[in-house]
Amino acid sequence: MSRGNRPLSPHLQVYRPQLTSVLSILFRIMGVATSVGSIVLIWWLAAAASGAEYFELVQSFLGSWFGRLLLFGWTFALVFHLCNGIRHLYWDAGKGLELETAYASGKAVIVFTVIITLGLWGLAYAVGGA
Amino acid sequence: MSLRTPLGRARGLGSAKDGSSHWWAQRLTSLALVPLVLWFVFSVALMTGADYVQFLEWVQSPVVAGLLILLISVGLLHSQQGMQVVIEDYVHGEASKVLSLFLSLSVHVVLGLTGILSILMILFRG
Repeated sequence: MSRGNRPLSPHLQVYRPQLTSVLSILFRIMGVATSVGSIVLIWWLAAAASGAEYFELVQSFLGSWFGRLLLFGWTFALVFHLCNGIRHLYWDAGKGLELETAYASGKAVIVFTVIITLGLWGLAYAVGGA
Repeated sequence: MSLRTPLGRARGLGSAKDGSSHWWAQRLTSLALVPLVLWFVFSVALMTGADYVQFLEWVQSPVVAGLLILLISVGLLHSQQGMQVVIEDYVHGEASKVLSLFLSLSVHVVLGLTGILSILMILFRG
């Protein structure tokens, strides 16, 4: 599509970021990040199917500091997308769309994302040691 | 005044000819993924430090293998639905849009097959 040099109406850059708009774009970004991270999940399963040796290799990579960082980022993205997704499903039912409720549920999403992500990792360290 | 025919309005399929079916399918997969994802992340966290044999034994339970296959198929379907919307929103040239959609679909199908076949291999190897 050729736009030439036609003037464009002001876009995102003229708006002050707000909790609602920031969570909205993060929802998409975290969804895409979760998709990309799912490649690691499939790689992990394929490694398990291909034998002990290769599985240990993948496990030691995922257990390294870089692997743990990737997994932590993936957990965070997934949990955020899950929590905000539930918020979106509630909206899709036509509920909770008032400004005040939308801000309250937005803050709840942040709190739950942090609690669940840290809780999962705390559980993992408690079960598996360092 | 609407220029749409009464029949077109009754069918409610709009100009894209598939109405709200994509939107609905996306909500259904997201609803199914809520329990599946919660089950998966807590199970994996609880298995931290497990060795290869313990991991295989976990996957070999029919319930776990079934839930994993469900998670992979519904999860990748949801991922494909989402990526499709993202591509349609941000990729504007017709050729690059069609190519991106095709690539995304292909990658999702390959990932899904790899994941499901891996689980079946672990399951039937005994």
